[in-house]
Amino acid sequence: MKFSLEVWRQPAGDAAGTFTSYEVDEISPDSSFLEMLDILNERLTESGGEPIAFDSDCREGICGMCSLVIDGQAHGPQRATTTCQLYMRQFDDGAQITIEPFRSGAFPVVRDLVVDRSAFDRILRAGGYVTVHSGPKPDPNDIPVEPEVAEKAIDAACCIGCGACVAACPNGAAMLYTAAKVSHLALLPQGQPERFARVQRMTEQMQKEGFGSCRNYGECEAQCPKAISIDFIGRMNRDLLRAKVTQPIDFRGDMKTQ
Amino acid sequence: MDLDAKIPDGPIAQKWTQHKDAIRLVGPRNRPHYRVIVVGTGLAGASAASSMAAMGYQVECFCFQDSPRRAHSIAAQGGINASKNYRNDGDSTFRLFSDTQKGGDYRSREANVWRLAELSTAIIDQAVAQGVPFAREYGGMLANRSFGGVLVERTFYCRGETGQQLLLGANSALAREIGAGHVKMHTRTEFLDLVVADGRARGIVVRDLVTGAISSYAADAVVLASGGYTNVFNLSTNARGCNVTATWRAHKRGAGFANPCYVQIHPTGIPAAGEHQSKLTLMSESLRNDARIWVPKQKHDTRAPGEIPEAERYYYLEERYPRFGNLVPRDVASRNAKDVCDAGLGVGPTGFGVYLDFRDAIAENGIETIDERYGNIFDMYNRITAEDPRETPMRIYPAPHYAMGGLWVDYDLMTTLPGLFAIGEANFSDHGANRLGASSMMQCLADGYFVLPITIGDYLSRHPYGEMDTSHAAFGDTEREVGERISKLLSTTGTKPVDAFHRELGSLMMDECGITRNEAGLRNAIEKIPELRERFWREVRVPGSGASFNQSLEQAGRLADFLEFAELMCHDALDRDESCGCHFREEHQTEDGETLRNDEDFAHVSVWEHNAVGTEPTLHKEPLEFEALPLAQRNYKT
Repeated sequence: MKFSLEVWRQPAGDAAGTFTSYEVDEISPDSSFLEMLDILNERLTESGGEPIAFDSDCREGICGMCSLVIDGQAHGPQRATTTCQLYMRQFDDGAQITIEPFRSGAFPVVRDLVVDRSAFDRILRAGGYVTVHSGPKPDPNDIPVEPEVAEKAIDAACCIGCGACVAACPNGAAMLYTAAKVSHLALLPQGQPERFARVQRMTEQMQKEGFGSCRNYGECEAQCPKAISIDFIGRMNRDLLRAKVTQPIDFRGDMKTQ
Repeated sequence: MDLDAKIPDGPIAQKWTQHKDAIRLVGPRNRPHYRVIVVGTGLAGASAASSMAAMGYQVECFCFQDSPRRAHSIAAQGGINASKNYRNDGDSTFRLFSDTQKGGDYRSREANVWRLAELSTAIIDQAVAQGVPFAREYGGMLANRSFGGVLVERTFYCRGETGQQLLLGANSALAREIGAGHVKMHTRTEFLDLVVADGRARGIVVRDLVTGAISSYAADAVVLASGGYTNVFNLSTNARGCNVTATWRAHKRGAGFANPCYVQIHPTGIPAAGEHQSKLTLMSESLRNDARIWVPKQKHDTRAPGEIPEAERYYYLEERYPRFGNLVPRDVASRNAKDVCDAGLGVGPTGFGVYLDFRDAIAENGIETIDERYGNIFDMYNRITAEDPRETPMRIYPAPHYAMGGLWVDYDLMTTLPGLFAIGEANFSDHGANRLGASSMMQCLADGYFVLPITIGDYLSRHPYGEMDTSHAAFGDTEREVGERISKLLSTTGTKPVDAFHRELGSLMMDECGITRNEAGLRNAIEKIPELRERFWREVRVPGSGASFNQSLEQAGRLADFLEFAELMCHDALDRDESCGCHFREEHQTEDGETLRNDEDFAHVSVWEHNAVGTEPTLHKEPLEFEALPLAQRNYKT
C-alpha cells in the first residue's frame, strides 16, 4: 500500500513546529500504524534524514505510551483501539493521513509527536491510592465484593492513562481520566475510608494542571481506546458534591500524634 | 567470585521465618538517612520502591518511560498464582513449591522457591487491600482459574489484564510515596552504568532522555528491577523498550550473570506476518484451558480450518500427553509446536503456526461464557489479524517471552557485587530452567513487597549511611566512560538504521539459540556475533545529537549491549551440555523427544564472570541441593 503523510515536526519543546509531507510505499496492510512509521523512519535514516520521534512501548494496546492524533482523532479512526493496535488495512490505499501529537496546554510537546503527560501522574499522586503499607493484610474473602461491583471497578480501572480523552476533548479536559481513577476506588470497599478526600484532592490537582472543564461533549468516551464510559464522570461529580456538602475537606489535621 | 548463597539453616519451611528473625535491621530513626536507588518501575521496582519508602528510606527511582505506570509488567495477561487453596482442591505451600521446582526442571534454588510459595498468599491480600479488582464469584469470594503445568486451580485474575491491575496497584502505592516526598521519581531517565568503588555498588550514571544530560546519583544501595533480556531475539512479546542494558552494564562492572541461556519461548504468540513486524503479541496462556490445539494431519494442507474434517485433525498435545493435554508446561507446548511445523504440518501463510480452536468449548459452554472469559483477547486477536476466533480458530506460534536467567543473587537478593541487588525478572531467581504460567508477577511482587525491603536492611545496617557522594572519582570516571560511548555511537559513519542490525541479531539467535539448540549452531553463533557487532559499529547510522531527545541513540545503545550479551548467552547454552526446561539441546533428548537432564554434571547454577568483550567469560558454579523435593524426571504424560 501507499500513503501520503502530513506529519507534525517540532525539533524541541521550545522550538516552532510545522507539518512535513512524506510519501511511503510498499506498506503491507498487515503492518500496524507504528510499524508503518518504523519503516518510514528506517528509510529516513538511510537517506540521511532525521527520523520522526514518537512514543510507543508495549505495542499491544496496554501501556498507554503511544499517543498520536491521526486524521483529527486520538489514536485514529478505529474505535476502542490504541495507535499501536491500528492496522494499515483500516486505510484506503493512497490515502492522505495527517499525524499530530496529542494537543493540550497541559501536555507540552517534547519533540515531534512526543508529549509530556506527567500532569496525569501528578493527579494520581494527589490521591489515586488506598493508603496501605506493605505487610500482613486481612484475607480478601473476609470482605466479599459483589462480582458486578468488581466488574464495574475494572471497567474504570482498565484506563491505560494515555491521555486520548484530553486530546479528544474540545476543552482539553481530563475528566474521564480522573473519573476513571476516582471511580475505580470509590466502587470498592477498600477505597471507602479515603473516598471523599480522594475525589476532592484529585479534582483540585486536575484544575491546577490547567486542564479544561467538562461540557459533556462526550468526545472522550468516543475516542477512548478502552471505551471507558462517561457515566464515570457523573459518578465522580456526585461524589464530589457529596464531599463538598457533607464531608470536611480533610479531617486528618485533627489527628493527634500519640 | 564468591557464590555463597547464604541459604539459612533449618527445615525448609522455617528458613524464611528464622532468617527474618536473625538478620540485622535498620531502625525507623535511621532509615531516613539511607538512600536507595531503584532502577525500573514494573511490579518488582514499584513494589520495592514504595515499600521501602513507606518504611522510611529515601528512594530515588528511575524509569525510561514517560510514566512509572507504563513498565512492561502492565502487559501480563493471565494471572497470578497463590496457594490459597480457596477451591479446596488440595493446594498448599508445598504443592506450589513442588510445582515450581518441577516446572523449572530442578534448576532452581529450593530455599528461594519455597519462600516464593510461602509469600504467594500475602501478595493477594496486599493487592486486594490496595484496591486491585480481582474477579469475584457470585457470592463475592475471589475467583480462580487453572493454568498450565499444575493440577490445582490457584490462579487469581482480573479479566485478561491482571498485570495491568497489579501494576496499577503497585504504582498507586508508589504514587502515594512520590506525593509524600519519600520517593524521588525520575521518568524518561535511562540507566547507563553502575558506579563501583572499593568493590561496592555506590550509585548509577543516567541519561536524561529529554535533554540528553548525563548525570550521577549516589546511594547506599542500588536495586536493579530492570526486567529481562528477551528482546535479544528482536521479535518477542516484550515491549520495544525492554533491554539488557542495566543488567549487562552491572555484569561488566563485576556482577555475576546466572543462566543466561534460560529463555522461555511462550507457546501462544500470534505468528509473525512479515518483516515489518516490530513485536509479537501474546495471547494469554489461559486460552489453553478451553481451546484445543491441532494441525491438519496432511502436510501443507491449504484448506480453510472449517473444511478439515475431525478425522483429519491432529490434536497432537492431547495425543502425546493424555493427562495434561493442552495444559502441558510452556516449554513442552512450544517445542511440540515447532516440531509439527518443522514436519510440514504448520498452518497460515508462513507455515509457522498451529490452530488454537474454541469450537468445542463454545458448543459446550455457550458463546457468552467463553466471551466472558476471553472476549477482550478475542478482540485483540481480531484487531491484529482481521480474523474472529469465535468463528475460525486462532493461529499461534511460540514467541520468546521471558528470561529465567539474570543477575545471580543470594538468598537476600544481593548480587555478587556488594550493595547491588536485583529483583524481579532481572535476577535469575526462582524459575529454574522454565517458568510456570502466572508465576512471574508472583515473584516480582514477593521480591518487591516482602523480601527486599527486609533483606536490604541487613546490608545497609553494616555500613554507615551517606558514605560516598558523587564527588568521588569513581563517579567522574564512570560518567566519562558513558559519555565516550555515546560520542562513539554518534560518530559512526555508516548508513544503516539500528533496527536492521537488531533483526539480524534476532534471527541468528532464534535459529541457533532459540526453541532448540545444538553444538554446531551455537558455535556458529559465537563466531558470527562478533562479526555482526563489528559491522554494527562500522555500518550503523545514529542521526541527531546527544544533547537532545534522540530515540535512535537510545536504541543504538541498547542494541550495542545486546550484541555483547548475545555472545554470553550462546556460551552458556553451549556449556550446558544437557537439556533442561526451556534449554533444549538436540543432542540430549529421550526416545520420545523430551528433555534429558544430566543431574550428575549440571545440577548447578552457571554464573559467568565478565573478562573483556570478545574474550571468553569465566564460569563459576553454584551447586544446587535437593532436600525437600528429590530430583525426578519431569513427566507430563502419565
